[in-house]
Amino acid sequence: MPEAVTNPPVWIQLGYLVAAVCFIVALKALSSPRTARVGNLVGAAGAVLAVVLIFFVTSTDNLWAILGAIVLGALVGVLAARRVAMTAMPQMVATFNGVGGAAAALVALLEVGEALGGEALGQVAAAFTVLIGGVSFSGSALTVGKLQDWLPARPIVVPRVQWVYGAALAVSLAAAVVVAVLGSTGFAIVLAALAVVLGVLLVLPVGGADVPIVISLLNAFTGLAVAASGYLLGNTLLLVAGTLVGAAGSLLTHLMAQAMGRSVTTILFGALLGGPTTLGTTTESTRPVKSASAEDVAVLLGYARRVIVVPGYGLAVAQAQHVLRELGDVLMARGIEVSYAIHPVAGRMPGHMNVLLAEANVPYEQQVEMSQINPEFKATDVALIVGANDVVNPAARKAYGSPIAGMPILEADQARAVVFLKRSMRPGFAGIENELIYDPKTTVLFGDAKDSLSQLVAAVEKL
Amino acid sequence: MTEGIALLTIFVFSAFTGYEVISKVSTILHTPLMSGANAIHGVILVGAVLVASQARTALELWVGLVAVFLATLNMVGGFVVTDRMLQMFRTRRKSSDA
Repeated sequence: MPEAVTNPPVWIQLGYLVAAVCFIVALKALSSPRTARVGNLVGAAGAVLAVVLIFFVTSTDNLWAILGAIVLGALVGVLAARRVAMTAMPQMVATFNGVGGAAAALVALLEVGEALGGEALGQVAAAFTVLIGGVSFSGSALTVGKLQDWLPARPIVVPRVQWVYGAALAVSLAAAVVVAVLGSTGFAIVLAALAVVLGVLLVLPVGGADVPIVISLLNAFTGLAVAASGYLLGNTLLLVAGTLVGAAGSLLTHLMAQAMGRSVTTILFGALLGGPTTLGTTTESTRPVKSASAEDVAVLLGYARRVIVVPGYGLAVAQAQHVLRELGDVLMARGIEVSYAIHPVAGRMPGHMNVLLAEANVPYEQQVEMSQINPEFKATDVALIVGANDVVNPAARKAYGSPIAGMPILEADQARAVVFLKRSMRPGFAGIENELIYDPKTTVLFGDAKDSLSQLVAAVEKL
Repeated sequence: MTEGIALLTIFVFSAFTGYEVISKVSTILHTPLMSGANAIHGVILVGAVLVASQARTALELWVGLVAVFLATLNMVGGFVVTDRMLQMFRTRRKSSDA
């Protein structure tokens, strides 16, 4: 590599330092609601600075082609990020993460054999980047498939999974060692292909409910791949930024898993060890339930003193958050106390439901976290469950061996009456039945969440 | 080798910083934080530009340009989507203040 690239002028290095500090400040600010938005902008400023600086040290060969690729990428990125529905946010994040991993792997593929003048640790970094970047790419692609329902959300376990897994891992590691020792581009391509297979094998056995945690884990992976590529290129900024994301992402993955009462090892390797990631069902149950008309439910709600709404992913799919707020307003106009119980992973990711309700202008004070609202269900007349299922499934408390065993749930079953707004009897994302639906105190109002809610608004207004 | 050690030192310090800096995040910000961190690793674009500018063959150039495209997608898309999420939080605070 030219001298200017491996050993850039001091002012460029100082610029990198500023960018690195921007990233640290951004992460810090992103962890508090008051400063989060500014934090994101600071991060973006740091990234733009870093990219502008790099053009002062690279050769001007291929400049226009590179600028063209950047413009194209920015255009597609902005369009995709602007157009995506709020409900599809997790898939979007996973997609961006996957392409980042792929970019890191490609960079390393091109640099293999040229690392810091062929230095040994540099080759190891190259092999690591190709492997982890590849895993992150195909793993993310698979999570998108699962979230988009292109693939079944239930865990998919290939036959003789331990052997397949073990073999793939062993072959990949062997290839990585060869790449690290020989610095051969040919082997690096083989390694990339193996990494893609490994990523698929890693995510296939993960159950639908755990997918967000895996996205977060793969995000940390990409961070580490970027860090390794920084070592490979002798670029401190890439090293710092990648490591920051790798470390923060690992902690975040752990925190998310904790919020769901899961452990990361169980999620990833539960299927291998024959653990509790049992196969769920997606067939509709034929057991009898008590269903009612919108008018009946309106009476139940309209004469209650206290109603707790439990919103879930079904609400988001139906884009019904605005109508839900209308119903809340109508009920409050009758002097009824209304609050919204937010499970940490309502929607499909921690914090996802808060974003959706905020979009519909549901006041912050009415959105109550799980630990605070759970004791209140006992004194509640009606728990109105809109498009949620797994997060109120009492099986999480009992049935060991159920995919959601141990997951903290909203104790809606403690309320005096329970109303489910459901589209069909299909089970939730985790693929298991919910006993609460068959409880004698439960009423089910079938239909699209948005239609049902508008009918309820009209019916309550007529009371 | 001293350069290798210096880089390793930076790596270790950055790891501690990354871990400490988000340790007090509230649950509702998990998704935006993940998304923001995701955008930050889009800075791999710097590496992609470096390798693309040094491509010697047409194939190398094309691979490099694909890397540039993907990295930009990661970076720009990541920051924009994070901002969209966080915009919602701001609207909410305004309406609850009113």
